[in-house]
Amino acid sequence: MYQIVSKKSLNPTVTQMEILAPFVAKKALPGQFIILRVDEDGERIPLTIAGYDREKGTVTIIFQIVGGSTERLNHKNAGDFIPDFVGPLGKATHTQGLKKVCVVGGGVGCAIALPVARALHEQGTKVTSIIGFRNKDLVILEDEFKAVSDEFYMMTDDGSYGRQGNVTVPLKEMLESGETFDEVITIGPLIMMKFVCLTTKAFNVKTIASMNPIMIDGTGMCGGCRLTVGGQMKFACVDGPEFDGHEIDFDEAMSRSRMYSDFELHERDDACNLFKQEVK
Amino acid sequence: MAFNMNPLKNPMPTQDAQVRNGNFNEVALGYTAEMAIDEAKRCIRCKHRPCVAACPVNIDIPEFIAKVAEGDFEGAYQIIAKDSSLPAVCGRVCPQENQCEGKCTRGIKAGCEAVGIGRLERFVADWHNENCNEKPQKPTPNGHKVAVVGSGPAGLTCAGDLAKMGYEVTVFEALHVAGGVLVYGIPEFRLPKAIVQKEVENLKALGVKVETNMVIGRVITIEELKTEYGFEAVFIGSGAGLPKFMNIPGESLKGVYSANEFLTRSNLMKAYKSDSHTPIQHGKCVAVVGGGNVAMDAARTAKRLGAEVHIVYRRGEEELPARKEEIEHAKEEGIIFDLLTNPTRILATETTDPRNPSYGWVSGIECVRMELGEADASGRRSPKEIKGSEFIIPVDCVIMSLGTSPNPLLKATTPDLETLRRGEIAVDEVGKTSIEGVYCGGDAATGAATVIKAMGAGKVAAKAIDEYIQNK
Repeated sequence: MYQIVSKKSLNPTVTQMEILAPFVAKKALPGQFIILRVDEDGERIPLTIAGYDREKGTVTIIFQIVGGSTERLNHKNAGDFIPDFVGPLGKATHTQGLKKVCVVGGGVGCAIALPVARALHEQGTKVTSIIGFRNKDLVILEDEFKAVSDEFYMMTDDGSYGRQGNVTVPLKEMLESGETFDEVITIGPLIMMKFVCLTTKAFNVKTIASMNPIMIDGTGMCGGCRLTVGGQMKFACVDGPEFDGHEIDFDEAMSRSRMYSDFELHERDDACNLFKQEVK
Repeated sequence: MAFNMNPLKNPMPTQDAQVRNGNFNEVALGYTAEMAIDEAKRCIRCKHRPCVAACPVNIDIPEFIAKVAEGDFEGAYQIIAKDSSLPAVCGRVCPQENQCEGKCTRGIKAGCEAVGIGRLERFVADWHNENCNEKPQKPTPNGHKVAVVGSGPAGLTCAGDLAKMGYEVTVFEALHVAGGVLVYGIPEFRLPKAIVQKEVENLKALGVKVETNMVIGRVITIEELKTEYGFEAVFIGSGAGLPKFMNIPGESLKGVYSANEFLTRSNLMKAYKSDSHTPIQHGKCVAVVGGGNVAMDAARTAKRLGAEVHIVYRRGEEELPARKEEIEHAKEEGIIFDLLTNPTRILATETTDPRNPSYGWVSGIECVRMELGEADASGRRSPKEIKGSEFIIPVDCVIMSLGTSPNPLLKATTPDLETLRRGEIAVDEVGKTSIEGVYCGGDAATGAATVIKAMGAGKVAAKAIDEYIQNK
């Protein structure tokens, strides 16, 4: 059993939890992920690691409530236990030798982009961060990002906070003005990563995208997380989760990510107590 | 005692095919005590005992059968237990027709059947599990620690044998339950999971520690097991879990599964139950590509989830690699066999609008008819396409069951571990790898094979590990 040490709501649909998992904390690196189960008959859900404290033996996860399992996880509180928490899985982000990097995060993906930005910052890399959200209410981790960024851009779709527009706007402006990066690292919704990659491809800037497809075991066994990268089949769990963004077939990944969307909606309704109230 | 000279085996009572293809309860119901005694009397205790030599773990088969014939079922169990740590499992999933029963004297003459050794083994193990609650005694510890990576048949057997010798054994399992392929791969209707759990509990009673959620290579490396955690030897039984695909167009469409994924969802995650939190596609019409035991398991699972199911296999009936019994069971349950048929591509629904819910789903599988050519050097007739014979089977789900390769994770995280061409971990005849004190057996070393062969390798390695540690 793994104890939830702390819980914090970052916005109405995004929650941060610190889980006591010393074996995972000892080895975790930015870019890697864990798989957890909320209860004894729960499904296995993969979540990218948002932080870790090797001394305390804790791993931080940040998740969006999207389906039944994340809804049930959000019902748990500090002090509660979850039965399974396995990791670190996948390959760590490659940060060595990078002098100047642009980190582009979107929505809950910012939770995963942050440790990458932090690791880069700590090794002396010049970090430009662009983070985007749908609106002001959904903004998370702004101060944390500012603390590890040399340059920082906040974007919202509706302009209710920061600048209006999506994350590709400042990225494109910078690249057009002759700004260069050793690498762009993007983590967020598939559609956002697709357009970040299209933007950087025009300027031939190497771009890494962190993928979070449907998976079960996370060790290369089920093949459910397969992606097409450069025309080759890759398993996100063991070959990734990060890939060359210019090679990823995002349209296929988006289609595959919706395989169980009907089931997910139904599951979430089942897990949400509000839906169980009788209408008076 | 008079022998029973009936040329045929006592038939195995089974659930009716048209009932069982709608539920996940075990298909074979097992012999009654009367049937078991009657069947045991068919063994004529021949002198040269070919069955024993044909058993990968050399169970003293005539001896245990003699005990059954006498009605001493616990005595029979004790004889099996000397050589096999998982009799309730092997009685169910061993390919006896190629092993013990394949060599049985009673089965040599045309029209005669071998003694039902597997059925008797299953009966004895089930009888023991139901009637003996005595937990095995924990042996006196010998003060040496061994790590076992993977809790499938090879790992469990190796752990059990070492524990019986007094070793302090820790089994590391990557998933959240122990059992490996017995849990994620073989369906409930062939091997009830309660049986696997019981075997694992027996090991724990022997003092074996089972640590789940431990992906060795990532959480702890093989090297660290030896240096930081004080294990004097390591046994790798990580299996062959990497699924193969055909590399034909359409394999990434929604509705295409590897057999591993489909079976893991159903078996490990219980997605076949209506209240499961893990989803699985309930296809209307499913094509399972492949002809092995795993293909049969996937096909019969899909059938139970309500589909019309086609087995698509490029060779003929004779060449189907699955066990005869599994093929028969599948046919009885209404699985359609499209033999000498090879997929060429998987077709998608027509819509090109990604917002349309039917976008990107499977709509059919295009296949080509095959014919068998001349036998090649290995004696196997290789299938050849019949030009222009393409046709489409309309399906909404495709399950690729083309075999698996050894899991590459350990190799990737253990640079010194030598592997062969297909990723098999290189071992000598007792399971020794290229790293001192590290042994390996089962599918990780051989590629996908059988439960009993993995058990055999686990036993051999346990003995070698004991010798290695005692001579250090």
